[in-house]
Amino acid sequence: MATTATAPTTKSWGGGKSPFNVEYGKVMMWYFLMSDAFTFGAFLISYGTIRFSTNGWPDPNEVFKSFPFAPEGMNAPLVFVSIMTFILIISSVTMVLAVQAGHNMDKKGVVKNLIWTIIGGIAFLSCQAWEWNHLHHEGAWWGSNPFLNHDGTASSTNFTNYFFTITGFHGFHVFSGVIINIIMLIMAMTNKFEERGHYLMIEKAGLYWHFVDLVWVFVFTCFYLI
Amino acid sequence: MSHTAEHNEHAGGGTKEIIRITVILTVLTIIELIIGFWMIDIPLSSVGVRLALKGTIVILMMAKAFYIVAYFMHLKHEMKNLIMTIVVPLALFIWFIIAFLYDGNSFKNLRNTYDPYFKEQSTIKVEKKEHGAADKHEGTKEEKKTSH
Repeated sequence: MATTATAPTTKSWGGGKSPFNVEYGKVMMWYFLMSDAFTFGAFLISYGTIRFSTNGWPDPNEVFKSFPFAPEGMNAPLVFVSIMTFILIISSVTMVLAVQAGHNMDKKGVVKNLIWTIIGGIAFLSCQAWEWNHLHHEGAWWGSNPFLNHDGTASSTNFTNYFFTITGFHGFHVFSGVIINIIMLIMAMTNKFEERGHYLMIEKAGLYWHFVDLVWVFVFTCFYLI
Repeated sequence: MSHTAEHNEHAGGGTKEIIRITVILTVLTIIELIIGFWMIDIPLSSVGVRLALKGTIVILMMAKAFYIVAYFMHLKHEMKNLIMTIVVPLALFIWFIIAFLYDGNSFKNLRNTYDPYFKEQSTIKVEKKEHGAADKHEGTKEEKKTSH
């Protein structure tokens, strides 16, 4: 932008301005997300370690092959989870659009895109609820694993323990993200941000929401693809 | 009002960029899914091919993560100082992943060498799928109780 000449970085710490050029809340949101990334990273690395230390592991295409309302015994690996992935990507895009509308002080755009983001989040949670319910009916839960290893040998409960713990922790993040977005929506609709003169709070909620999408990229790859 | 104008200083953005990144993420996901579907038909015995495909999926995953963080989370357009305070600590993951996965693999090799029971368990095929799975489920539960 033409009007904003950013000072050279050497003068950033000279005082009189924010050295990172972002407001306090956003810096802290970034640091919170970094700590959260370490939590998820520890979970996923623990999963990887256990998987590397065993001879066999269930085939995800065998475990996650069902689809809602599909006839019994239908074989549709990867289909349902790709829908979930696209739902989350699209809701991330609408969140970016909401943040952008906030920059332009466009209340209508913020409200519209936040509503779409919330719908996307709820849709994702519903998909996950269905999948958990389905797996539970098949006998999978913490401490019980009805599936066999890919090579036909008996599998341990590590698979289901890690699956339910990590997708559950991620689902809880999605749930809190939806709650945060609903609060943002209410604040936008009641003109809270108009009174403040800026929509910076939407950006912080947006960072959290994108992080949830980011974690799903890793969870999706680690559990469903490889 | 002095500090409220700060957010205007972030360069980049715009609807064009959002559309571009959306397309990139979608394409990367579709490629991942194509590889995933392709892998269904590749037998377990061809270890090398499966490993190469899994490696490709991991690289695509990292690319997706980069695009989300850099553009959706706007990190690319922040100041270098802020980028460094976030990215440098995450470099610990490089060590985490190498160390822990190596450790897991080493533990597997040790058990395969010195623990005949462990080795035997991973070679016996369970016969009937449904029934055998249910039996096994009971078995692991008992095993859990006794092992504590």
